Amino acid sequence: MTRLFMFEKPLGMRDTLPDLYDRKQKIKLSIENEMKSWGYQFMETPTLEYYDTVGAASATLDQQLFKLLDQQGQTLVMRPDMTAPIARVAASKLLKNDLPIRLAYSANVFRAQQREAGRPAEFEQIGVECIGDSTISADGEGIALMIHSLQAAGLEDFRLSIGHIGFVQTYFLQILGTDERVEALTRYLYEKNYVGYREHVNELALSSIDKQRLLEFLTLRGGRPIIEKFFDLLENDIGKRAVTELQQLWDIISDFGLDEKVTFDLTLVSHMSYYTGIVFEVYAGNVGFPIGNGGRYDLLLRKFGKQAGATGFAIRIDRLLEAFVVDNEEYERASCVLFSSERRKEAFEYAQKQRQLGNKVVLQDIIGVKDIDGCTSQYVDITFLVGKSGTEVVLK
Amino acid sequence: MKDFLTIAMPKGRIFEDAAQLLRQAGFQLPPEFDDSRKLIIEVPEEKFRFILAKPMDVPTYVEHGVADLGIAGKDVMLEEERDVYELLDLKISACYLAVAGLPESKTNDVAPKVATKYPHVAAAYFREQGEQVEIIKLNGSIELAPLIGLADRIVDIVSTGRTLKENGLVEYEQMVKITSRLIVNPVSFRLKDERINELVERLSKIK
Repeated sequence: MTRLFMFEKPLGMRDTLPDLYDRKQKIKLSIENEMKSWGYQFMETPTLEYYDTVGAASATLDQQLFKLLDQQGQTLVMRPDMTAPIARVAASKLLKNDLPIRLAYSANVFRAQQREAGRPAEFEQIGVECIGDSTISADGEGIALMIHSLQAAGLEDFRLSIGHIGFVQTYFLQILGTDERVEALTRYLYEKNYVGYREHVNELALSSIDKQRLLEFLTLRGGRPIIEKFFDLLENDIGKRAVTELQQLWDIISDFGLDEKVTFDLTLVSHMSYYTGIVFEVYAGNVGFPIGNGGRYDLLLRKFGKQAGATGFAIRIDRLLEAFVVDNEEYERASCVLFSSERRKEAFEYAQKQRQLGNKVVLQDIIGVKDIDGCTSQYVDITFLVGKSGTEVVLK
Repeated sequence: MKDFLTIAMPKGRIFEDAAQLLRQAGFQLPPEFDDSRKLIIEVPEEKFRFILAKPMDVPTYVEHGVADLGIAGKDVMLEEERDVYELLDLKISACYLAVAGLPESKTNDVAPKVATKYPHVAAAYFREQGEQVEIIKLNGSIELAPLIGLADRIVDIVSTGRTLKENGLVEYEQMVKITSRLIVNPVSFRLKDERINELVERLSKIK
């Protein structure tokens, strides 16, 4: 093994320096306030969970999990997402009298990166879970809250794509007949390989009409007309139910007045395998990756011993920050009081008074500063309380 | 700049084919396009910005979103496994990946060695054949490896077979057919959908 330099960090681990920290806190606070105002309650879960419980329930690839052993030899994982831990808590503690619960979190999650740097292995997610509500209204609320949260953070240039895993499954099953064939075709969607999808469809033993229907599926993007167009194509009831759900969802989104932000994209198949119905992703200009995603996961709670529908979303704080143009002036600097020991008390009282007014004040013994000019440039202003009392010089 | 489409083009073998294809699709590209040493070429009339990249790097630029689209060989897509949309088979620069070696040669029983520019693809291929091989990664002139005894077999792209022949090598297996693909960043695919759809439509009309 190569000798490590003292400045090195494990692959994908990042520091948050003061100005980034400030910007992050500000954004988080506005999103948190928005979520709280919708009645979502914030909670925390531990960083470490069992591999066999939360590790197995989460949809993160095995090689992306950080694993370790505890003293009893049990395998632990550093939580790769917050949905599975919250499902664990909800199933074992919070779900009591069949009432929907609304929970929120803001936490770091861990996903090991194999390939290269350029992607964080630890990142912060802020999100919500609405557990115990199987209605399409809950899905609509999730999408609306996602949009409102991003707007509260000050983001304007973004768009949501909404898909429906149930729709994809029934549409394919109706044409292809068997689950294996559905899975084979769905994999091309999940791998985003349209070329492979088309080749696969053309090789299948199907009527030309059915082939055409499968090929047309790739173009299923847009607003409400798209959904209506495909309502007629679905023959069985499950399929029609999925389309009806999408129609209702569109109505809900229009009622919230948010239809401008939303596109239906039925080819959207998330890599998170626990999703069962509506799924969505959000994209912002300037950022090459989705800044958040969510969806319905009605089967996850079952893994923890409870039967309950659930839906939720998570926003990636690191990617959301990338969406904002950085304005260096934004960082609020502090004032500084430079004092000599004979006027320490006076300096302290002065600083306290300023702090009570809400100002940031640094109290610095002048003997500790070698370079007065360098010190001056770091602060908004400098007050000298040096030498005889009564002489107070303020430098701006 | 926001309404520009950034397209990552592969330098070298595929470049000419790709540029010709864009012209056939009716896009006005400047003459300097073909023999420029610039790495970034802007075409304001078409609102295009081209970046000229190593073929193997094209999917990387697209995945990170610094390029909206890219033109990449299927060989590169298989090797890199990037999270991008593979939208269109451009059917240009056709070739295939093959296993080759010295004529009538056998692989070493204990530790068969395979030299390649595509370690990931080669390893997966031999694993599927039920064979464990040792992969040696090379960056070019792969044909050298069996000639000087570095490896028993090579995995490389073959278009005419001339290079193999001139170096006295024979092809043992054809692995997979390769053509160039139009690839798209998942975010650009949603946020710049109108322009991308138009591009795809124009490109897919060429036969």
